[in-house]
Amino acid sequence: MRINGHEHRLRLDPRTTLLDCLRETLALTGTKKGCDHGQCGACTVHVNGRRVNSCLTLAAMHEGDEITTIEGIGQPGALHPVQSAFVAHDAYQCGYCTCGQIMSAVALLEEPCGPNDADVREGMSGNLCRCGAYPNIVAAIQQARGKS
Amino acid sequence: MQSFEFRRAQDASTAIAAGAKSGTAQQGASVRFVAGGTTLLDLMKLNVERPGQVVDISRLPLDKVEPLAGGGLKIGATVRNSALAHHPIVQRDYAVLSQALLAGASGQLRNMATTGGNLLQRTRCMYFRDTRMPCNKREPGTGCSAIGGANRTLAILGTSEHCIATNPSDMNVAMAALEATIHVRGINGERSIPIADFHLLPGNTPERETVLEPGDLITHVTLPPPVPASRSFYLKLRDRASYEFALASAAVVVTVANGNITRARVALGGVGTKPWRSTAAEALLAGEPAGEAAFRRAADAALSGAKPQSQNGFKLELARRCLVHALKQATETA
Repeated sequence: MRINGHEHRLRLDPRTTLLDCLRETLALTGTKKGCDHGQCGACTVHVNGRRVNSCLTLAAMHEGDEITTIEGIGQPGALHPVQSAFVAHDAYQCGYCTCGQIMSAVALLEEPCGPNDADVREGMSGNLCRCGAYPNIVAAIQQARGKS
Repeated sequence: MQSFEFRRAQDASTAIAAGAKSGTAQQGASVRFVAGGTTLLDLMKLNVERPGQVVDISRLPLDKVEPLAGGGLKIGATVRNSALAHHPIVQRDYAVLSQALLAGASGQLRNMATTGGNLLQRTRCMYFRDTRMPCNKREPGTGCSAIGGANRTLAILGTSEHCIATNPSDMNVAMAALEATIHVRGINGERSIPIADFHLLPGNTPERETVLEPGDLITHVTLPPPVPASRSFYLKLRDRASYEFALASAAVVVTVANGNITRARVALGGVGTKPWRSTAAEALLAGEPAGEAAFRRAADAALSGAKPQSQNGFKLELARRCLVHALKQATETA
């Protein structure tokens, strides 16, 4: 698999989800485990450019795939525009869901999505935030899309 | 999660041969195909599904959406829900299917879930998902915990004294209204199954949900040519505005000429143990003036025979109003 541009050759228990592979095998702990059942979105990563729940897919199914995690999106001093917008809008409280929110939002920029806040809320409905930072998350994404 | 052997199918024949070694293609199968994984991995983590072998079919060449000669559409089994929903032909000719797909799950899950997998989506009944609870679907003969239990979200149509689990799919409801055909390859060759015959009522065997046999591989789904001048609509009602299963939904495809309905196809979701097409409602609509009176009569017919449980009686009127509203939306002149 290629993860954030680097090739990895791995031998894994077949049960290993992509999420557990990233966190436990490769120590890429930016991707978070929330519900582990595809209900919260904290584990969102990109597979070949598409956002997916990494908890509901087996690592073994991704031989040769291009995986992008939050560690591959931006770096301190060189943030992705969505990351900068999240900072500017204070779009988090505890931060646990944030990496998944940002990975989802970055992918949403490339998907068919209407211009309104309601469209963003619908497009982001697979990412839950127990702190309730939703208004600021929507504002951040709208700024990153140039729709604010 | 129980340990399993993981194999990637090199071609359809390999997958079919591997699947045929299972004693059943239904609950308890020892061999499972995986493509999106959104249902299977979820249930394997819960130990509801415990296959000894998982065969990855996600790289089989079944991921195309192609127009059929003479009209109609061929949809490969591994076409992702998001790709299907945004396909220009689907949006133009089968709007109800696009709407239903986009009403289901989340952006992430739609990027994973496939057409074939969605046809086989399992119920969200909490007792089915909890191995500590009796459930006739998961373990035949143990009883149904939902009857007399927490059944607010469960079915009122097509139930039996053994199971009241709801079919949770949105896509299936639109496919039922569009009269889709499911194409299967198995150890004895290929066969085509109208969607109305694909899912089974629970009856005495709720563990059997479809007509699939060991080794059967869904290869594609076909849709008939769009009906000229027809309009379609999917309406989904649920507890949250998004990312929630239907309490009631309706898929309708209607044709109106000079104010009269000439043809209607109607299916309900969220209320049935299978995608609930109502030919009785369709027959009542045909030839009637498009309007509230006919819609209401059709809705009454669609819900006739409904058997509410202790907590889901509200679904009766909710589903009726859902269908009436969907028919209004589809027949309003632009």
